[in-house]
Amino acid sequence: MIRVAVRSVAKKYKIYPHRWGRLLEWATGNRYTAHTPDWALRDISFEVGDGECVGVIGMNGAGKSTLLKILTGTTQPTEGSVVVTGQVAALLELGLGMHPEFTGRQNAVLACQLMGLEQTVIDECLPWIQSFSELGEHMDQPVRTYSTGMQVRLAFSAATVVRPDVLVVDEALAVGDAYFQHKSINRIRSFKEQGMTLLFVTHDAAALKAVCDRAILLDDGRLLRDGPADAVFDYYNAMIAQKEKDAEIEQRVDGGGRTVTRSGSREAEIVAVELCDVAGNVRRAFRVGETATIRYRIRIHRPMQIPTVGFLIRDRLGADVFGTNTYHLGIAPQQCLPGDDLAASFEVTLNLGPGHYSLSASIHRGPVHVDGNFDWWDRAAVFEVLPSGLYSFVGVAALPTRATVDVLSAARNSRAAEGVGCGGE
Amino acid sequence: MLTDLWHYRSFVLGMVRREFQARYLNSVLGNVWALVGPLSTIIIYMVIFGSIMNARLPGVSDRLAYGIFLCVGVTTWAMFAEVVHRCLGIFVEQANLLKKTRFPRLALPLIVLLSAAVNFSILFGLFLLFLVATGRFPGWPVLALLPFLVVQQSLAVGLGVALGVVNVFFRDVGHAVAVLLQLWFWLTPIVYPQQIVGESVRRLLGLNPLTHVVLAYQEIVLRGTWPDWSQLLLPALCAAVALAVGVLAFQRLSGEMVDCL
Repeated sequence: MIRVAVRSVAKKYKIYPHRWGRLLEWATGNRYTAHTPDWALRDISFEVGDGECVGVIGMNGAGKSTLLKILTGTTQPTEGSVVVTGQVAALLELGLGMHPEFTGRQNAVLACQLMGLEQTVIDECLPWIQSFSELGEHMDQPVRTYSTGMQVRLAFSAATVVRPDVLVVDEALAVGDAYFQHKSINRIRSFKEQGMTLLFVTHDAAALKAVCDRAILLDDGRLLRDGPADAVFDYYNAMIAQKEKDAEIEQRVDGGGRTVTRSGSREAEIVAVELCDVAGNVRRAFRVGETATIRYRIRIHRPMQIPTVGFLIRDRLGADVFGTNTYHLGIAPQQCLPGDDLAASFEVTLNLGPGHYSLSASIHRGPVHVDGNFDWWDRAAVFEVLPSGLYSFVGVAALPTRATVDVLSAARNSRAAEGVGCGGE
Repeated sequence: MLTDLWHYRSFVLGMVRREFQARYLNSVLGNVWALVGPLSTIIIYMVIFGSIMNARLPGVSDRLAYGIFLCVGVTTWAMFAEVVHRCLGIFVEQANLLKKTRFPRLALPLIVLLSAAVNFSILFGLFLLFLVATGRFPGWPVLALLPFLVVQQSLAVGLGVALGVVNVFFRDVGHAVAVLLQLWFWLTPIVYPQQIVGESVRRLLGLNPLTHVVLAYQEIVLRGTWPDWSQLLLPALCAAVALAVGVLAFQRLSGEMVDCL
């Protein structure tokens, strides 16, 4: 039996540029349009049957919460229709409609009443709610004294006190600790075996795969994928990789990027990055002007041309100091196969000022990592550049310098002072 | 719609009970405060008009008559104003519930109406006891209060729901209504008897549906006679229109309402 039928649902939020906008629309009987439409959902259609558990995934702002709100009937779709048959219980966002001044018990009663339960049934259920939520004597304290985890425990216990026909959960469970998450997922599973339908928003792959057999992926208000949970979630992961990479480009422009982040499609993967001296010993410190070798170990997961391998040295503040890649260095592409391991290395003379530096490693398809990022590993290694002891200078770069000073006096026969600096030979 | 509300009766009754508790639970004197507000109003008017200005109702020699006259008007007005005012703000006030749970939205004005009815019953019950104690109980005509009360509260709910829905979109409505309610209070012969105003003003008061309702209350309680039923006509008509407008506004706008909270 079809429990949830969503047909061509669209949801438009109206954004008004000024306060008079809506008044003008009302006054002119909607002949004048002041708002700009913001489509949170567009043309969504799917059906969910008895006992089916569907994960709803997508990035922030993809429309997941809006979809669940429409399913539970808290907000109306602008277009299309939603038919949900049977008793619906919902855990939407945080707070869950609880009254902060009332005690946990009073809120539990309120939640039960909102599900339309009879008072006698509620009285029977309260001890169960208290024990399942493990709130103990906190049950009679005002909810404003609760931690978010406690609120979620209470809300989940109240929402699942009797088996609903359809349970809608919006990320709320992610707030609870691992123990309660486990407990609640077990409860959901046992309900599922009894034929309950579940719609579940989550970012947690483990939770999704544990309970859902099917997933739908929303992106920018549209239904992008609807299929087996595993496949849809993998597709979603690839999608985030794309976005994460974009976010990182932003970060690089800002000159920030102090955290270790790794992104990319992982069609090829950096297994290890090492910094060595010319003798091949792994080192963390080099002298100014010393030559270092950056060694990569890369694994290929998909047939491809040899990818572009690159590195980027950043200073203590995260500003780019120097970076290049095999494309720019003229390495010819050749074919590689899944399972191939590549060893790549760069020999670079560290003409850098003394200080701390980080090394970011990347492999990508084209000349720059914006296009087809396989793996981007921020701060894959850190190293220090020590003064060489030969001569002193300031700044981030050690530029090879030659100095001459001539005394231009007729009185003495021209005698020159000469000095050579820097850069090694 | 009504079957939905019936299905959610335990929620409605629970909310009424909680609201009553929440209002007085954290105060030492508890429910006493439910009475102090309206009582103080009555005492102030009695002192100012009754003693200082030495007001007497025309044609009534009873010294308590003016006080009783006031009580009838003020208590019923208080309930009317409470329902309008609370309905006006109820959707904004319960934004959290509206956004996160599904229940028939009309349960909210119903909760307001029932809470107001509880408060009114306490106050008016005490007032009736006072009438019995002082030997002024009007007898059977007291039953005639009921249809007038029903009409008056229907008007309040209709207006309150219509304005409350609009208030979600334009919060100005809330401020405007507070001012207009005050004006309305003085345009109703609650504090002063209708006879003391001039003919032209009296015609103006006649356009106010609440004038007829209040006159009927005063007649029933002060004179102990059955009211003139034709007085129910205009208020009932207004109440029907207000309810229709309220339901219409609710149906047209309640879908969009949640998006604005």
